[in-house]
Amino acid sequence: MKIVLKNLTKKFPNRNKKQGGDVIAVNNFDFEIPDGKLVGLLGPSGCGKSTTLNLISGLEKPTEGKIFFGDDDVTSLPAQNRGVGLVFQSYALYPHLTVFKNIRFPLENLRGEDKLSKEEMEKRVKEAAALVQIDELLERKPSELSGGQQQRVAIARALVKAPRVLLLDEPLSNLDARLRLQTREEIRRIQKKTDITTIFVTHDQDEAMSICDLIVVMKSGEMMQMGKPQDVYDDPVNLFVAKFLGTPPINVFEGKIGNGGLYIGKDRVMDIKTSSGDKEVFVAVRPEGFILDENGPLKCELGRLEVMGRDVSIVSKHDALLNDSGNIRSIVNSDNTVDLSLSHVGFSLKKHKVFVFDKETEERIRFEV
Amino acid sequence: MVKQSQLKGWLYLLPAILFLGAFMIYPLFDVFVYSFEEGYNFASQSYFGTGSYNYAYVLRDPYFISALKNTFIIVIITVPLSTIIALLISLGLSSIKPLKDLFQTIYFLPYVTNTLAVGLVFMILFKKTAYSDGLINMFINFFGGKSVDFITGPYWAKMFVMCFYTIWVVLPFKILILTSALASVPKVYYSAAEVDGTRSIDMFFKITLPMISPMVFYLIITGFIGAFKAYSDEVALFGTDLNSAGMNTIVGYIYDMLYGNSGGYPSYASAAAIILFAIVLTITVINLMVSRKTSIR
Repeated sequence: MKIVLKNLTKKFPNRNKKQGGDVIAVNNFDFEIPDGKLVGLLGPSGCGKSTTLNLISGLEKPTEGKIFFGDDDVTSLPAQNRGVGLVFQSYALYPHLTVFKNIRFPLENLRGEDKLSKEEMEKRVKEAAALVQIDELLERKPSELSGGQQQRVAIARALVKAPRVLLLDEPLSNLDARLRLQTREEIRRIQKKTDITTIFVTHDQDEAMSICDLIVVMKSGEMMQMGKPQDVYDDPVNLFVAKFLGTPPINVFEGKIGNGGLYIGKDRVMDIKTSSGDKEVFVAVRPEGFILDENGPLKCELGRLEVMGRDVSIVSKHDALLNDSGNIRSIVNSDNTVDLSLSHVGFSLKKHKVFVFDKETEERIRFEV
Repeated sequence: MVKQSQLKGWLYLLPAILFLGAFMIYPLFDVFVYSFEEGYNFASQSYFGTGSYNYAYVLRDPYFISALKNTFIIVIITVPLSTIIALLISLGLSSIKPLKDLFQTIYFLPYVTNTLAVGLVFMILFKKTAYSDGLINMFINFFGGKSVDFITGPYWAKMFVMCFYTIWVVLPFKILILTSALASVPKVYYSAAEVDGTRSIDMFFKITLPMISPMVFYLIITGFIGAFKAYSDEVALFGTDLNSAGMNTIVGYIYDMLYGNSGGYPSYASAAAIILFAIVLTITVINLMVSRKTSIR
């Protein structure tokens, strides 16, 4: 089921009456989610991603704009008639019901023609349980399950009524690191198997990048960029997106464009051609964009090395650096050796890992070498 | 080291233990002993003999039987009714937004109102005087009915006033407990149920009620205990001579046996108190067993 959001806007009245005005949680969203894809809504907390999810589920009504599932306009439909399965961050499993009854709960609400016989319900519950591999746990209460198992039950409950759309709100945030890796693969597997259009909300870019077909990066109610994870990573439209994606984070420097070259501080790092003219800019370099080069144009003060087996992370400093940590983190192949007795290290840069942003608007300035 | 810290603990507990022991535990024990001593006399500290005679007497006493009957009627009517009414009011309160605090305050007012003031209000509502038959009778007359004497009239009328009063008095506390219990049910369960198309009646019976059941059971248990110990409300409505009004309760009977016109019989009073204790204990144990079985782990 294709999902289309048209000029979707949600405003909440401001709690603080003195400030007046509305809080805009979602501002003029316009995008289309293709059928059968797994899409990640990604952004820092408070950026409106959960509100977007609630708008799609029908739990919140939009202030303006429309929502389509396929060709159906569902904007005014109440949640129960939209055919969505929703998995909550806290799972919201009913504590007084067994796993079996939790999963059966949505089926009990079906009325009229859709009403199922007891045997049919049991069959559907067992299918859903088998899909998420919790067949053994059906007679337990939620309190007797681990976080990961609860998560699976919640997914099974969302899937049991064969929804048109599956929505997951921060599905992994309550799990420990190891379980998180495992569960995200699991979500991917289930999504592939059921082929349901799935939207999942997360603030963890790793999560989104690893399993999503598409990601939507949001910031304070606005959509920044949408695309395949690798495309967004390789081609961010603005500084926010560049900084938000990637671990370790991108290194941001103060720089300028002038004399046909790109400068980081005083170091002329490459010759470039651009239509923007000479100006002050931010230069952002991915950690993997550095090449160790004694005679390289970027001269940094050497800090320390962190060896991580396959790679080496070089921690260094530069006057023009704007990173919060105060350190440049560059990742190079561990075949490279660095002479720690030297106080300085030189880098040259991979041009496709270097992004230039306007200092005022923080929008991307494209250049050619 | 362990010993010393244990000693310290006991030392801290000592004042409480002393007071509880002297004023709660010892009297309980004493009452139990009195109840088996025939014709115990406070003044001379003497009795005729020991045995179950006091129990036999009390259980055959028509006043006790009537008190037992009244108490049971009050319990059986007021505990479920007041709990259900409180639940309905709490549901209403928690689903409205404007003026919620005002209504909460209004519903809580009876709890902080002086019993005498409450008595006065009930007199205006129900009591027949030389000048009026009371507000309720005015209503009955308005709709063409005949005046009923609620305070000194037929038994059912008095019992009606009694139950009405009891329910009214216990409501505020129950509403307070239930509104906070309702507020503590996480909203996300209702969101989940909404997405799954649950009807509101199912939301109540399948989600709300099970989630607040511990509090409901708490109210039922304390409601039973409170109603079994009813006495002062009866006095406020019908005066001190409850036996002649036919509205005595078990606690009233115990009081009469100790200090009333027929007073001076601590042995009978003790036996009646032990019987009351046995009843309350049985009901509470049953309640607890039911609540353990149905409530969530």
